[in-house]
Amino acid sequence: MLFSPVPMHIPDGFLSVAVSLVLWVGVIIVVGYALKRVNADVGERQVPLMGVLAACIFAGQMLNFSVTGGTSGHLMGAALATILLGPWAAIVVMACVVGVQALIFQDGGLLALGANIVNMGVIGVTVAYFAQRTLHKLLGKWAGGLFVSGFLSGWLSIVVAALACALQLALSGSSPANLAIPAMAGIHALIGVGEGLITAGALVFLKAARRDLLEEVPAKVVGGKAVWIGGLVIAAALAILSPLASAHPDGLEWVAEERGFLDLAREPLYEIIPDYVLPGVANEALATILAGVIGALLVCGAAAGVAYLRRNRAQSSGV
Amino acid sequence: MGYFLDPFRPRASVVHALDPRVKLGLTLAFIVATALTPPGAWPVYIVLCALALAAALLSELGVGYVLARAFLALPFALAALPVLFTTAGTPLLTLPAPLALTLTVEGAARFIGIAFKSWLSVQMAVVLVGSTPFPDLLMAMRALRIPRLLAAIIGLMWRYLFVLADEALRLLRARESRSAAPFDEPGRRVGGSLLWRARVAGGMVGNLFLRAFDRADRIYAAMLARGYDGEVRALPRPPLRAGQWAVLGAGLAMLALLALAGLLLWG
Repeated sequence: MLFSPVPMHIPDGFLSVAVSLVLWVGVIIVVGYALKRVNADVGERQVPLMGVLAACIFAGQMLNFSVTGGTSGHLMGAALATILLGPWAAIVVMACVVGVQALIFQDGGLLALGANIVNMGVIGVTVAYFAQRTLHKLLGKWAGGLFVSGFLSGWLSIVVAALACALQLALSGSSPANLAIPAMAGIHALIGVGEGLITAGALVFLKAARRDLLEEVPAKVVGGKAVWIGGLVIAAALAILSPLASAHPDGLEWVAEERGFLDLAREPLYEIIPDYVLPGVANEALATILAGVIGALLVCGAAAGVAYLRRNRAQSSGV
Repeated sequence: MGYFLDPFRPRASVVHALDPRVKLGLTLAFIVATALTPPGAWPVYIVLCALALAAALLSELGVGYVLARAFLALPFALAALPVLFTTAGTPLLTLPAPLALTLTVEGAARFIGIAFKSWLSVQMAVVLVGSTPFPDLLMAMRALRIPRLLAAIIGLMWRYLFVLADEALRLLRARESRSAAPFDEPGRRVGGSLLWRARVAGGMVGNLFLRAFDRADRIYAAMLARGYDGEVRALPRPPLRAGQWAVLGAGLAMLALLALAGLLLWG
């Protein structure tokens, strides 16, 4: 009842050891850096603040609203944490939430924990940060801007995290890319609506109740270059890998074989490398769904770039 | 009896008495060894399953409890279902025309392998958290060199998890008593439009956030009042005794041999 509002926590057994370890290394680096950044911002207040807010996100995932019949909308919280706390603090908080879910409640595996933190923590937060900053710039004056930017950053954070999750499953050979990617993107495009609505609702409430929280915090904890570069790398990786994977039924393995790391990782483990050919599935249709999501992402990225440049120019001309 | 979220079940078992560092190390090694086992290595799977069952039995948590909790993670196996049909190999059976999918022996082995591995890994994790209180687990994690700051944050998170979960349950109860409770009868109409319900849920989340912010401020003030200076201090960990080292070493060696056998004979 209480756990896994978003079916994105990969259990153990689904990821190959190679994929798990690579993502673990990534998590150690990113979370370590995020801890440093947050420590520089809030100093000794970090431990109580991050700890209580992580508990808050965890408890917030219990809050739901009914959609129809027995289904309900839930919160993952990456977008809300990003908008309220800034990207680095949000990464720390989400890493703690996902870690405790895996360790204590078996919601996601321990070996797969690195991957789960990357998806829900690092990728979810980065995407939400980009989307929110960009939309905030574009819609700043409009009264409904807060609702729209909150909704879209919540929705995007879920969908892109699900794409990353599907890619990892495909890379591990646990689910063929041409099915996993569109299926995960499709399911989470729906689940993301619940996330987006709750995020937006929370922001509207907070604007009415504590306007200062929304205005101060993001300005104080600005992401810096690393977040932008990280976001671009993630967007580029997804944009390149996803269409390739669904356009080529075995595109991912083809890339992996080209690079030679598949043999390194898998040769001793599996004799048969499966080629993901499924007769009767029109890949064009699946690719179209994906193209939409990636297109939206690229538009967001481009708009963010423009907004960023404009801000820089405004600063350098001293306005 | 503990809080309903806390998975720890106090018992007087051998597994409960084991040092948390040994338990965490062996659990992680078990999960890695399981992940390394190639599909089709059935004897290795059986040995791993026997190990998981032995741990469940020795922990006195109840095999039924461990198995039932382990099933929670299984719905995710849906994601691996397509490998039944997409793995090349000897055809086993072909679904009729509109689907025209061919189930292969290799595909079936792969799918069962994935689902079984995930089930075994979860069993071991259930035994670990059922037999180890959270502070001990945190100590074991620090022994595995997770950053001290992160350990302190997670420790505080654990402390306030139950407080905020209660807060969230109170919010839910308040909503239930003021508007319609939607989950009692599936057919019943729920109040308001979808957008309105979503906004109410959002308001509740925002409210929870506000209370958490305030609480964090109060906790910080209380910590300052008691001499907190930004440095997280903890008692030094007692060194592992020879017997505990022996258990850890023997367990690790056995799991390594098992994984190696799987890789060499069936890889």
